[in-house]
Amino acid sequence: MIELLLEPFGYQYMVRAIWVSALVGGVCAFLSCFLMLKGWSLMGDALAHAIVPGVALAYLLKVPYAAGAFFSGMLAALAMALVRVRTQLREDAVIGIVFTTFFAVGLLIVSINPTSVDVQSIVLGNILGISDEDVVQVAIIAAVSLLVLVARWRDLMLVFFDENQARAVGLSPTRLKILFFVLLSACTVAALQTVGAVLVIAMVITPGATAYLLCDRFGRLICIAVALGVVTSAAGAYASYFLDGSTGGLIVVFQTILFLLAFVFAPKHGRLAAARAARDMAETAP
Amino acid sequence: MNAAAAGAQEGVASIAVDGVTVRYASGVTAVTDASFRLGAGTICALVGINGSGKSTLFKTLMGFLKPARGSVSIAGLPVGQALKRGLVAYVPQAEEVDWTFPVLVEDVVMMGRYGHMGFLRIARQADREAVEQALARVNMLEFRTRQIGELSGGQRKRVFLARALAQGGQVILLDEPFTGVDVKTEDAIVGLMRELREEGRLMLVSTHNLGSIPDFCDQVVIINKTVLAAGPTATTFTHDNLQRAFGGALRHFRLGGADLHDDEDDRRVTVITDDERPLVLYGKRDSERVAGGKTTGEASDTAKDRAP
Repeated sequence: MIELLLEPFGYQYMVRAIWVSALVGGVCAFLSCFLMLKGWSLMGDALAHAIVPGVALAYLLKVPYAAGAFFSGMLAALAMALVRVRTQLREDAVIGIVFTTFFAVGLLIVSINPTSVDVQSIVLGNILGISDEDVVQVAIIAAVSLLVLVARWRDLMLVFFDENQARAVGLSPTRLKILFFVLLSACTVAALQTVGAVLVIAMVITPGATAYLLCDRFGRLICIAVALGVVTSAAGAYASYFLDGSTGGLIVVFQTILFLLAFVFAPKHGRLAAARAARDMAETAP
Repeated sequence: MNAAAAGAQEGVASIAVDGVTVRYASGVTAVTDASFRLGAGTICALVGINGSGKSTLFKTLMGFLKPARGSVSIAGLPVGQALKRGLVAYVPQAEEVDWTFPVLVEDVVMMGRYGHMGFLRIARQADREAVEQALARVNMLEFRTRQIGELSGGQRKRVFLARALAQGGQVILLDEPFTGVDVKTEDAIVGLMRELREEGRLMLVSTHNLGSIPDFCDQVVIINKTVLAAGPTATTFTHDNLQRAFGGALRHFRLGGADLHDDEDDRRVTVITDDERPLVLYGKRDSERVAGGKTTGEASDTAKDRAP
């Protein structure tokens, strides 16, 4: 039995998939703490879809996929800004139009060149088959992002909570917001390899949302979210060995299960606690 | 009374707004040619209707907006430098704050200390002590580990006041500090502001609460797209000036003659209200005497407060 459970660790590609997933899951979870508090969730989704054509082209032209992703992400951001300035459309409509367009172009490029690019690995991720160069790219992106976040999370928290106060203590909210979006784009690119474009959004929302139900302090929120991200991602990669299923799908399913558990059982903000509080209120009321 | 802010000493509380015009990117000019000066040890009310440029002025003082013309200096420094030194503290309106944000009371107060911390913003003993003192001063120590959304309206206000104290700002901007606050808390906040005035700080208070202004403000700046009047409350906070600032926007009641007196007394009562506590004027002419909304006894108290 134990031999069976340890079996995945005997394969180098499995070990690599597990630690790369854990690293990416951790950084994405860190970012999720900020993203879910600002109502910017859709932006993360848009970003993940918008980088698809860049990645497809990068594989086609044999350049580092991160460069292609970055380029098309920037292009999408510019397109969104342009459409928003030039029309009266609401932000969600603008985002919806731009990201579906980019995603469609990406799929088109992939479908025209089925031999050089694998559509499935972009849309659904392919961490088990990740190449050595891609591992290096992902690891560098994730590690640098993690370092920056560890150093600057308090400043980012203040900007997200109270921009005026950030200014009053001499911070630049604009610069810090740009920093955040650069990190988000970078981590989206990294997560593309593990869970694919469609499920990236879960990685940058769910762990933070789960942790939010479990605590009232930002520092603790980050610790819990990162722990959830690391554990679910590693577990997803590990379990995919046995279930022979998509790693991305498993990671997100694990994250969702934990979210549901927190939703029901969280000591203070869960449904059971709420029901208990309501009952206590009813009892103490005359 | 107040040392003129002209030639203000660096680091000593003062605000000097000179011929400031602020234009938004949309081309709308919100404030034109506004000027006023305030010195240390002052509580100044900023009065005007909605859209008169109060928040524009606040944003300019906070460095959000750059004046298209004119200059602003705080504590003898350009706004940017004053902010860098943590000289300007800001107490936001309740609506501006995300009360569901996962921060505790002490975390919020600690945010006032960022300017005193190093690159990684790790709190030192001095920061923790400053937070504790600030919380003690607003009587919120026992709530320090509450999430901010669990507090009452008055408690929420006090948390942000504590943050301004922990920051050690010499110039404190308060945006509508009395909305959604009970009378007890209002008194507590006013009491604290008086203490801070004694310490030589300068507070600029944006408020609709006209009636309480004579109670605790020694200076008033009345604006409507520009500064209509600025100066000591006693001479500036008059019916004529308010009439100019508010036009028809104020509710205005006047009682006189047979409605008020049985005798030949020609004094009359004027009640002016924006949307909160009414301002009550009593005298032969509307501008003769300004009294607080409560009793005339209080009015003489304010007169005493205003003395140098």
